Amino acid sequence: MNKVYDVPYMERTRDYYRAQGYTNDYQWAYYDSAPFQALKKPLSESKIGLITTAMPDTPLGRQSRAVYSTPISPLPDSLYTAELSWHHGVTHTDDLGSFLPIEQLQRLKSAGVIADIAAEFHSAPTDYSKTNTLEKDAPELLARCKAQKVDVVVLVPL
Amino acid sequence: MSLIARVLEANGIATVIIGSALDIVLHCGIPRYVHSDLPLGNPCGAPYDKVMQQSIMDTAMGLLSQAHGSNAVMRSDAVWPGDNSWRDDYSRVDDSNRELLKLKGEARRRQQTEHKANGKARAAMIADS
Repeated sequence: MNKVYDVPYMERTRDYYRAQGYTNDYQWAYYDSAPFQALKKPLSESKIGLITTAMPDTPLGRQSRAVYSTPISPLPDSLYTAELSWHHGVTHTDDLGSFLPIEQLQRLKSAGVIADIAAEFHSAPTDYSKTNTLEKDAPELLARCKAQKVDVVVLVPL
Repeated sequence: MSLIARVLEANGIATVIIGSALDIVLHCGIPRYVHSDLPLGNPCGAPYDKVMQQSIMDTAMGLLSQAHGSNAVMRSDAVWPGDNSWRDDYSRVDDSNRELLKLKGEARRRQQTEHKANGKARAAMIADS
């Protein structure tokens, strides 16, 4: 099959879980509107933060999905992605640049497109519980981003 | 991640999500989203393709500059190298794997019970193979 179409991930995931014997379908978050913050200054004057769903490739990161902050320099050799839902059969996460755009941002900084990059990126734990995300992880990430004084955050879920 | 973007945005920080699961992100409702039509795992571009990876980031910067309201979506022009069979393949359920998936589910529930007993707070997401 070589047809191009947007993969219906919600439907596929529901069917996949049902086939594994789960009887309560997962309910994805739904809102009919979204907040919007306009840029407060041009990108060339903005500091950019970065959040990924990948965890640090450390004993703690592999053991416990939580909010972590990791220096962008030196570039980590790897991140722990084994517990995340990505397409293991057709690709891999050995190249950090394919899911954590630190080098891309560094090139933009060198070119003067952006002013700066936060010294640490953050790991955000994916969770079946929306309450955990909204009441624990998101406020923690917000506090860390505010402490970094970033103007813009790029979020990259795997 | 969409929920986190919403919280940041509601608290004065502009955001852009770069992802590959269009339906899930749009279902939630987001401030800005760049869609990479690539297999899950490489939303910033195919592995080792630095040109594609930079192009996707450039698209994200473009969306940040241009968006004037929420649910702003831009598709990157990234194309997965190779054929499109990955679209049919993801989390496929058919007669060839139905029995295996049933066994996998049983094993996973046992593992979840063990993890809970060991104090592991968050269950691993079901990873497609």
